[in-house]
Amino acid sequence: MNIHEYQAKEIMKKFGIPVLKGMVANSVDEAVAAAKEIGGKVWVVKAQIHAGGRGKAGGVKVAKSLDEVKKYATEILGKVLVTFQTGPEGKKVRTLLIEEGCEIDHEYYAGLVLDRSTGKITFMASSEGGVEIEKVAHESPEKIIKVAIDPAAGFTPFVGRKLAYGIGMKGELAEKASKFFQGLYNAYIQSDCTIVEINPMVTTKQGVVLALDAKLNFDENALFRHPEIAAMRDPNEESAKELEAAAAGLSYIELDGNIGCLVNGAGLAMGTLDIIKLHGGTPANFLDVGGGATKETVEKAFSIILQDPNVKAILVNIFGGIMKCDIIATGVIAAAKSLSLKVPLVVRLEGTNVALGKKLLNDSGLKITAAEDLDDAARKVIAAAKGAH
Amino acid sequence: MSVLIGRETKLITLGFTGKQGTFHSLQSRDYGTQFCGGVTPGKGGTVHEGFPVFNTVEEAIKKTDANAAMIFVPPPFAADAILECIDAKMPLVICITEGIPILDMVKVKSALKGTKTRLIGPNCPGVITPGECKIGIMPGHIHMPGRVGVVSRSGTLTYEAVYQLTQRNIGQSTCVGIGGDPVAGTNFIDVLDMFNKDPGTDAVIMIGEIGGSGETDAARWIKKNMTKPVVSFIAGAAAPAGKRMGHAGAIISGGDDTAEAKFRILEECGVTVVRNPSELGKKVEEVLAKL
Repeated sequence: MNIHEYQAKEIMKKFGIPVLKGMVANSVDEAVAAAKEIGGKVWVVKAQIHAGGRGKAGGVKVAKSLDEVKKYATEILGKVLVTFQTGPEGKKVRTLLIEEGCEIDHEYYAGLVLDRSTGKITFMASSEGGVEIEKVAHESPEKIIKVAIDPAAGFTPFVGRKLAYGIGMKGELAEKASKFFQGLYNAYIQSDCTIVEINPMVTTKQGVVLALDAKLNFDENALFRHPEIAAMRDPNEESAKELEAAAAGLSYIELDGNIGCLVNGAGLAMGTLDIIKLHGGTPANFLDVGGGATKETVEKAFSIILQDPNVKAILVNIFGGIMKCDIIATGVIAAAKSLSLKVPLVVRLEGTNVALGKKLLNDSGLKITAAEDLDDAARKVIAAAKGAH
Repeated sequence: MSVLIGRETKLITLGFTGKQGTFHSLQSRDYGTQFCGGVTPGKGGTVHEGFPVFNTVEEAIKKTDANAAMIFVPPPFAADAILECIDAKMPLVICITEGIPILDMVKVKSALKGTKTRLIGPNCPGVITPGECKIGIMPGHIHMPGRVGVVSRSGTLTYEAVYQLTQRNIGQSTCVGIGGDPVAGTNFIDVLDMFNKDPGTDAVIMIGEIGGSGETDAARWIKKNMTKPVVSFIAGAAAPAGKRMGHAGAIISGGDDTAEAKFRILEECGVTVVRNPSELGKKVEEVLAKL
C-alpha cells in the first residue's frame, strides 16, 4: 500500500527524522493560509499524488511570495499530472503540501528494501541524490553504498557509520546522518514497510540533515497490525474496480485490451494473459478468483469484468484443484443470466469435477464455446473478440 | 525414487482442526500419505476425524515419530508455527498459508540457518511424489508416477504442466511448489540440486514468474552444475511493470526480472525455454526422446 508524501513525513517525524515545517491544503485559500502560518519568505508547493517524477511534470513549484503560492496552488490543484510512474492517463491532484523553503547544501539518497535473494533488508545510500536511483545504479553502481542488515542483530552503529562515511560525510554531519539512518530502519521494521525511500535526503547550509521527500510502501499482509496506517489509504489513488474486487477476495488488475479473463491461481492467470498475447490478442484484465471461490464470487468477478466497456469476449480458464469445476459452472451460469451477458463466452474447464461442470454448462442453454485446452481456449476467444468487432 | 517425500514420510498438520486443515489432511491420507495427527494448541488430548491432536509439535513428534509437517495456520500466527517446528527439529515443514507478513518471514529465514529443518513455501501448493505421498492442496488424481521432476512458484500453473505430462503418459518423480512469496524457505536451486542428485529423475520442468532473481540465479547454477535437461516457462510476459500480479512476489521492479529477460538468460544458460505454457508437455516429450 502506498501513502502520500505528507503522510509519510508524519511517520518520519514519529521516528525522529527531521522534516521541513509543512501543512496540507485542499484548496487555494488553505494553501495561502498555510504559507502564512508556516512563515518565512520562501515556500514549496507540492502536488500530493502516489507517483514519483512530480517535479518534472510541473507538480512542485518554489514560491517566493504569497501571491506566488496562490498562483501555483491554483495551477496545480485539479491538474492531471503525467509522470513516468503514472501511465499516460496521469493522476489528478486533489491535495497540496505547502512546505517552508530551505537552503540545500547537498542532495543524497537513502533507501531500504528487501533483498529477495538473501531474505535480508538492505540499506542503500548514495551521494547522488535527487535523481533516479535506478540511473545511478546503472551508470555508477560504486556510488551506491549497500549494507545488508542481519535480522537478529538489527541496525547497529557501524551500519550508520559505514553509510555516512561511504557517502562522503564527516564529523558532526556523519553523526547526524547515522541517527537519521537508524530512524529510517526503525520506521521500516516497526511499520512493516516494503520500501522506505528518501530522495533526496539533504544537508542544509545550516548543517541539518533532513528528509526533503519521503516515499513509504507497506506490506498489505501486515496491515492488520497497523490500523493507523491502513486508515491512511487514499481510495482516490487506487482503481475503484480493483478495490471492489479486493473486497470480494478477488485479485483484479485492469489492462488495456478487449478480452476479459477469469482464471483461478495467479500463475495460471498470468500464463493465460501470456498465451492470449502470443496468439495476437490483447487481455482486458488479470483476474484470479483464488482457490476458495463460490458461486457469488464468480458472479462478482463477471460483473467487474463487464464494467469495462472494451471487453468484447470473455475467457474462463479454470484448473480445478481445491476449486471444483461444477461450482465455477454454477457461478458462470448464474452470472450470464443475472447480468444478461451479451459478449461471447469461451470456457475451458479441467480438474476436479470437470465432467459435472461441463454437463451443467451444456444443459444451461447458454451460448458457450467450450475449449479443449489452454491453446484452443486462447484461439477461440481471440476469434470471438474479432467476430464481435 | 523421489525427493523430499515418499512412502516413509510420516505427516502431522498444524492447524489440523480448521476447515482447510481437516479437508486437506484427509485428502492426503486418502492419497496414501502416512498421516499421524495434528497440532492445535488448547485441543491437545482430543481426537479429530479419528486422529490424535496435540498441544505442541514436540509432543506430536514424540508420540507419532512424524518427520514432516504441513501448516494451515492463519497468516498472523503462521511464522510462529514454523518457528515451533524448527525448535522441535522437524526435518521437513511445508507451509501452505498465504499472506504471511514479509518481515515475519525475514525472521524465519534467519532462524532456519544452521538447523536441520527444510522449509517449503509459504504460499505454496505443497509437494507430491505421485503414487506415494501427497502433502498439500494439489489434486492428486492428475499426477502419475514417473521420472520428470517439477519445480514451480505457482500452484494452478503447476497443475497445468503436470496434466500435460500425464496426458502424454509421462510420469513425475516429485512435484515441488516453492511458493509465490518474496521470502521463501526453499529456492529453485535447492530443488534443482535435489533433482540433479536423484537417480529417479531424468529431466526437470521449472516454472517461474516475473519478479525477483530466483530464475536467473537458477539459470546460472544450471549452466555450471545441472547434468539433466531443464524445460522452463516464465509466467507474466504480458504483465505491465509495477503491477503486482496476484502473488506478492510477482511484480516487476525493473532490470532482469521481466519475463523476457528471464527467458533470455535461461536460454543463454542452456535451458529449453517454452514461451507458450500449453507446449510444456510436448517440449518435455521431445527432450526425453533425445536422452
